[in-house]
Amino acid sequence: MAIYSTNEFKSGLKVMLDNDPCAIIENEFVKPGKGQAFNRVKIRNLKTGRVIERTFKSGDSLESADVVDVEMQYLYNDGEYRHFMTPESFEQYQCDAKAVGDASKWLKDQDMCTVTLWNDAPLAVTPNNFVELTIVETDPGVRGDTSGGGGKPATLDTGAVVRVPLFVQQGEMIKVDTRTGEYISRVKE
Amino acid sequence: MLSDWQPSCHIDALRLRAEVLHKIRGFFLARGVLEVETPLLGHSCGTDPHLGLFTTTYGYGAQADTLFLQTSPEFAMKRLLCAGSGSIYQICKAFRNGESGRFHNPEFTLLEWYRVGYNLGDLMTEVADLLEYLCASFLSLKTTKRLSYQDVFFSTTGLDPLTFSYEQYYAFALKQHQPEALSLCGDEHGLWLDFIFSHYVQPTLGQSEFYLVYGYPAIQSSLARINQDNPETVDRVEVFFRGVELGNGYYELQDAQEQSQRFDAEIQTRAVTGRQLVVKDDRLVSALEHGLPECAGIAIGLDRLLMILSHHTKIEDVLSFSIDRA
Repeated sequence: MAIYSTNEFKSGLKVMLDNDPCAIIENEFVKPGKGQAFNRVKIRNLKTGRVIERTFKSGDSLESADVVDVEMQYLYNDGEYRHFMTPESFEQYQCDAKAVGDASKWLKDQDMCTVTLWNDAPLAVTPNNFVELTIVETDPGVRGDTSGGGGKPATLDTGAVVRVPLFVQQGEMIKVDTRTGEYISRVKE
Repeated sequence: MLSDWQPSCHIDALRLRAEVLHKIRGFFLARGVLEVETPLLGHSCGTDPHLGLFTTTYGYGAQADTLFLQTSPEFAMKRLLCAGSGSIYQICKAFRNGESGRFHNPEFTLLEWYRVGYNLGDLMTEVADLLEYLCASFLSLKTTKRLSYQDVFFSTTGLDPLTFSYEQYYAFALKQHQPEALSLCGDEHGLWLDFIFSHYVQPTLGQSEFYLVYGYPAIQSSLARINQDNPETVDRVEVFFRGVELGNGYYELQDAQEQSQRFDAEIQTRAVTGRQLVVKDDRLVSALEHGLPECAGIAIGLDRLLMILSHHTKIEDVLSFSIDRA
């Protein structure tokens, strides 16, 4: 297992901290005029998603975490687990609800997404930034009605609910930004 | 084709640097301070327990010798002072291994000067004059403010830096949600001061004016003299602006024997903490034995000063090529 010293810490580096896999977000080198230098590091715990700040003495080190992001295709949900497959090797992984988290509401069968593996076990699932989904239910918009902030809720085929403009109708396919949960546009088929 | 062949900074930053260098030379010329050059490569080096060093090999094969890239021109300049140079200044590169960040590049530019016959107060006056002169056309600065280390430390943390109270220091760290301070600093007073000062005091210093912080605790003496009125402090000054440390100066230690002992103590500390081996500058000790005139001196980080003048937040914004492009 590789060891990283504080001067190798950079954004995105995956390390073990308190027995959890973490990703470094920010690393600030702090040094009093003469004296001990420190590194103030912002770290995201990849298991909990929580961001913490931790100070290290410069030169201290952390073990690397065997964490990789792999592009996979979402296959199906068996009720307990969701199943994913790497398109090159056809290797399959099953993820529990905790690992899938919020990604579940953007995952449609056959779609590609990113699965984060820790020691070859799924840790988290990240949907693509943009997904195309079909509206299964929404009120028919009344032309000219701009009340309610000019939008209406629409339920998508994955179960997600997003606000869409009034002119968008049930049965249409729309593009959504999964990072913000916002409607982007209609998709012409 | 590589995309990082281009400079780290905008061409305007190079123009500013040239202008500031010109002004500094004019300032010292008018005051009769002599510009000097000393070697970047030397057989010995600083012994600061916290500095990382660059070494290189001089010559080939069996005759090869290890040389150090200087961490500051201090020792060579003091040898000139001992040899009777009178007041001198230098603008040069200094090298510190492993120091890289928003305010650090391992190779950086120092302005260092020594004033014969000055004490710390005289030096602080001249530092203020220079900074106010250089900043006049760039920043609307009120003035330069002088504060004691003990006062700024106490007013921001409620702790006394001169008296080590493990319980109080640790309670403070806990209140700041930094329980790891305990494992970082243990029972070392100096480490606690470094930790608390750099994390909680320094960021608050000099929001709209330069702060000159003087009267450092005696355990952080480095090459400064013990203060005559308060032997718990040393005649050392640091310059801060918007939380950034710009410079470090001393009423210089003249006592060759005490200097030699401090070197030995620092070399010992480096050995204990597993730092790179250093070679003590016996020539400096000999020069001090010959006699260093009463003097005060300071080093200012020029790159950081340029950052302040041009409102940049990263050191690479004022460097032609930062280390990743060098």
